[in-house]
Parts: sequence; structure tokens; C-alpha cells
Amino acid sequence: MKRIFQTIGIGALSIAAAFFTLGQPQAAEVIKIGAVAPKTGPLAGGSAVTHWPNLKLWVSQVNARGGLKLKSGPAMIELIQYDDRTNPGETIKAVQRLATQDKVDFIIAPYGTGLNLAAAPIFAKYGYPQISVTAITDKVPELTKRYPGLFFMLGNTTAFTESLADILKKLVADGKIGNRIAMVNVADAFGIELANAARPVFKAAGLEIVYDKSYPLGTQDLSPVVKGAKAANPDAFIAWSYPPDTFGLTAQAKIIGLNVKAFYTAVATAFPVYAGKFGGAIEGVLGAGGINPDAAQMMAYRKAHKEITGKDADFWASAVVYASLQILEQSIEAVGSKDRGAVTAFIKANSFNTVIGSVKFNNQNNDKFWTVGQWQNGVFHGVSSTGRPGAKIVKLKSGW
Amino acid sequence: MDILIGGFLLGGTYALMALGLQLQYGVARIMNLANGEMLVAGAFGAFWFYSGFQMRPFLAIVLIVPLAFVVNWAIYHYLLTPLVRRAKSRGQLEVDGILATFGMSFILVGLMLAVFGGEYFSYSYLERAVFVLEQPYGLNRIAAFCASLVFCIALVVWLSHTRSGLALRAVAVNPTAAGLVAIKVARTSAIAFAIGGAVTASGGALLSMFLTFDASIGVIFTLKALIIVILGGVGEIRGTVAAAFLLGLAETAVASLVDPGLTLAAAYLLFIVVLLVRPRGLFGSRS
Repeated sequence: MKRIFQTIGIGALSIAAAFFTLGQPQAAEVIKIGAVAPKTGPLAGGSAVTHWPNLKLWVSQVNARGGLKLKSGPAMIELIQYDDRTNPGETIKAVQRLATQDKVDFIIAPYGTGLNLAAAPIFAKYGYPQISVTAITDKVPELTKRYPGLFFMLGNTTAFTESLADILKKLVADGKIGNRIAMVNVADAFGIELANAARPVFKAAGLEIVYDKSYPLGTQDLSPVVKGAKAANPDAFIAWSYPPDTFGLTAQAKIIGLNVKAFYTAVATAFPVYAGKFGGAIEGVLGAGGINPDAAQMMAYRKAHKEITGKDADFWASAVVYASLQILEQSIEAVGSKDRGAVTAFIKANSFNTVIGSVKFNNQNNDKFWTVGQWQNGVFHGVSSTGRPGAKIVKLKSGW
Repeated sequence: MDILIGGFLLGGTYALMALGLQLQYGVARIMNLANGEMLVAGAFGAFWFYSGFQMRPFLAIVLIVPLAFVVNWAIYHYLLTPLVRRAKSRGQLEVDGILATFGMSFILVGLMLAVFGGEYFSYSYLERAVFVLEQPYGLNRIAAFCASLVFCIALVVWLSHTRSGLALRAVAVNPTAAGLVAIKVARTSAIAFAIGGAVTASGGALLSMFLTFDASIGVIFTLKALIIVILGGVGEIRGTVAAAFLLGLAETAVASLVDPGLTLAAAYLLFIVVLLVRPRGLFGSRS
């Protein structure tokens, strides 16, 4: 009895399996693209806003129009994702796995300066082009020389400090603010590097730093920092800060009444949740990055981002991440094959039409990027860049 | 004076972070390394109630406390009781507990990631300035401090002046002897763990009024809570309260008088000094 049931069962399964495989349409060609970035760990909050949604958006848009157009026909994108837990060792391991086990055709650059730099050697070893976006460092010239497949898109440390110094210098020259600057930074590599770069730049611009302190990452009470800054009677407040402290410093400035006419916090000022939390009080706050929200392509991109991922894009690196994916897409389609060497050469030599405007790499570096943005009427406009059109005039902040 | 008030407010914050872990480690003898994740879960809960239903955090706590109690009781009963049963010594239970809860913290992070996503969450509630002695302080911090005081006083009174609290303290001192005087050790430990988890989750809900959270930030809170619990002495709730306020005052003083960058260094220095002088912590008893 049992044997009869067994035979019938196996027979039925086999027939079903046969129908299943026969019934499938002929599978289109597939192009495998790998991605590794933080989903957990200290940088997860940032990559969840800036990095992953853009990958989802791009893949769904490309696949919706039939896939990447290769000479051999359209190829649908298969995205293989790994969480590196904000650990550079894990990033390297994941890239290795993508290259050797998953055998992907292309790999999207990781998120974060440290993780991109850690992965650069292994990207180079396997010959994958690395169009890094969320990597900001002054070492761009040396790195691009050492790794011919490494590209940078968001700028370097010095440019960010110089743009801000120029804005402040102009405000002082126009008589709108005095030259007393209170500067604080998060005691992490990012904040320390920016503060160190800023000191000589501010001094050369004729600005006087009257309060210069750092605070540990994850400090739960930033009121002593802000109170100390207020006591120094500054005209401008600059914070080289990370997301949790950007929020904390802004909240404390509001409560303690730090009414400077120029208020700058670095990372996460451009995040939608910043506006969500503070509402109208952020009018006039300066921050890192910015976009030109009036450009048609940008408007279309932001709309599609919200529709497909359900989240708002941020006002800085989101669009640049998407632009890097557009560059990859346009290069692969121009070359017409999965030849990584040819694609890399194409990226180096050509200019691309993207959501942030036209991008042409100069020695593997995009030297036209937004450096400072300001919240004006609920939008974080770019107010200073190294060559992008559409900058708005800097407004003064008036209270909270 | 500003430093004193600021220090007390910060101490209240720290007490909210550490009280739950004290109950779990002191009584149930589980060094719960997932404590920070439970705190973040409470914070997420409060955020969800606030943004979805416009429910004030203090009201949300009324819902979060029983939910956290049940979840933590279930964790103790299904995950940790087997470890308790087979541990041949207290030291072995501590090691097993550390390993198990360490793994649990990853599971909790993954769950929160799946449900809420990886982004930062923050909302503004009671973010107005209140002037105490002509200095401005956040109303949300003051409210959290008051709630923290309520928790501290309630727990201290319960543990020292009630029969059930006495049973808890007995289990903390010597589980074997407690069993001999007809205290149900297993049940008491489970209840202590569950109450500890509930206190931590409500602490998270209160802290969410003024701190920014994401799914991965729990580890920072676990580390702070660990220092406070060990500094105050394991098994003594008054020790935790004292250590929390001491740490809050010390950090605020260093931040205001010396350099905000040295707060972490000062905290750990205090930790080392106290342990060198009194290895069992401020209020800890010789075991």
C-alpha cells in the first residue's frame, strides 16, 4: 500500500516538474551585478537612505524597459546583495565572493570612504571598474594613479572646507556677519579630517575660530558642547558631524537658543528625516552637499525614487549614486558587452548625461560637485559647488 | 550649578539605560548583551506609536511595558532556562548567557531591520526650552529625568520593602540558599528578567524623545549600561542608580570644564579607578 502511494507521488511530482520546466518561456540573457554595502552597523543609517534605494530604483527601471541592451540582445539585471556590516574586512570578503563564487559581471562600489578604499585593491585585482560615490578623501590623485579602474564622484575634503570658508568670507565681507567661528567635530576619522583641513583654510580666509572642540561618536548629551559654543559668542557655528550628532546639535541649538546667522552641520543635514524632525526651524541651515532641484532630470528622478522605493531621496549623495549607475548603464550599452576592460576605458574617456547634469571624469575624478547646500523653503538647495549650475544665494539664519 | 542640573539630567538618562540590565544580571545572572537592542526596540515602538497614531510617548509606555514584559519572559523561558538548568556554576551560566544573548542581539537587529528598515528615526516631542535658574534645558530631557526618578524610586522601594522584592534580592545573593527557604528561584529569575526587559524598553521609549535611533545603534547603549552596572556593583539596584548619576555628573563636568572630547576617557577612567579601589563596585557586596 505504502509503495503504491510512493510510486504515485513520485510520478506526480515528476510530471509536475516536467510541465513546470517545459512551461517556462525561454529565459532572457542575464547580466549579474553585485553590490555590497552596510545594512547593519554604524553606517547602516546612511546607506539605507543614500545607497540601497538607488540600486533598487535603477535595477527596477532598467529591467522594466527590458534590461541592458547588449550586442547579443537585452540582458536583465540580476542584483546580488551582501551586507558588510560596516566592517571593511567583510566588504573585502564579499567582493571576493562576488568575483570568484558568484562570478558577477560588474560590482557596484561600496558605501562609505573607508569601505571603498579598503575594497579598491580587490576591485583592481579582479579588474572590476569601481565608480565610488560616497568616498570623500584628499588622496584622490594618488589613488586614481594606483588603481586605474577607481573613479571618484563626490569630491575631496579640502574642497568641502574651502567652499564653506568662501561662503563665510563673503558674508563677512558683505558685512552680514562677524568673523567669529565656533567649530566642533565628531571624534571619528571623518570629523577629525575635516576639522584639521578646515583650521588653516578658515585662518587664511580671515575667520577667527573662537571655540574649537570635539566630542566622541555617540555622545548622548551635546548640551555642554552647544552651551560652550554659545558662551564664546560666535557669529557662525560649524559642526563636522555625523547623523546622530547632527540631529542632537540642532536640537540643542534650538533649545539653548544658539542664534547664529550661519549654522552648518555636515552629514545628514541633507536627509529627509532632518526636515521631518525639525520642520520649519531648519530654514537657513547649511549643510554638506546640495542639489539643483529645478533641473528637469532631477525632478523626474526624485519622483521616480519616491514612487518605486517609497522613500524620499536625500538632497546630496542619492542623486550622485544614481548618476554613477547611469554611467555604468550607458557605458555597458555603448560597449555592448560584459567586457570590463572595455567598459572601464569607456568610462574614462567619455562624458555622460546624468541626473546631476553632464559628468566627465578628469583623471578618473569628477571635479564638478556640490559642496554646500542650504535649506530654503523646505528644499535643500545647493548654494556652492565646484562647477555645477543652479546655485542659490546664501540666506542668513534668523533664530529657530 | 548648570553642571549639576545638566549632570543630573544625564544621570537620569543613564539610569534608564542601566536599570533593566541590573535586574537581568543581578538577579537572573544573565549578562544580557542584547540589552541595547531591547532599548532600541522600545524606542522604535514609541516612534511607531507617535508617528502612526500620534500617541504621546508616556501613553505609549503603557502599551510597551506589558508587551516587553511578555517578550522578555518568553526569551528567558524558552532561550535561557535551558542554559540555567545545565550550568554547573554561576561562572558557566554567565559565559553561556553572554554567548547566547550576543547571538540574540544580532537576531533582534535583523528583525528590526526587516520591520523598520535601516534608516535613522527621530521625532520631536516636548522639544521646548524650560528655564531652570535662568538656564535653558530641554523639556523632553526633564520629563525623561522625572520618569527615570519614578523608576529608580519604585524599584528601590519595591526591592527593599516588599516581600517579593526581598525574594528577588535573596536570589541575587545566593540562588541555592534562596531555594532552600521556599523561594521559587526559576520563577523569580524569569520575572526579574522580564521586568528588567520591560524597564529597558520603556527607557528606550523615553529616550526616543530626544535621541536619534537606527536598527544598529543598540551596541552603544549596551556598552554604557554595562559600565554603569559594574561600576555600581552587581546585584545592588542602589548601586546602579548611584553609578548612573555619578557618571552623568562626571561627564557633564568634564564636558563643560575641560573638553567635550574627553567625556568618554573620563568615564572609563572613573570606571578603572573605582574598580581598582573597590573591585566589587560602589555598592557591591563581597561574594
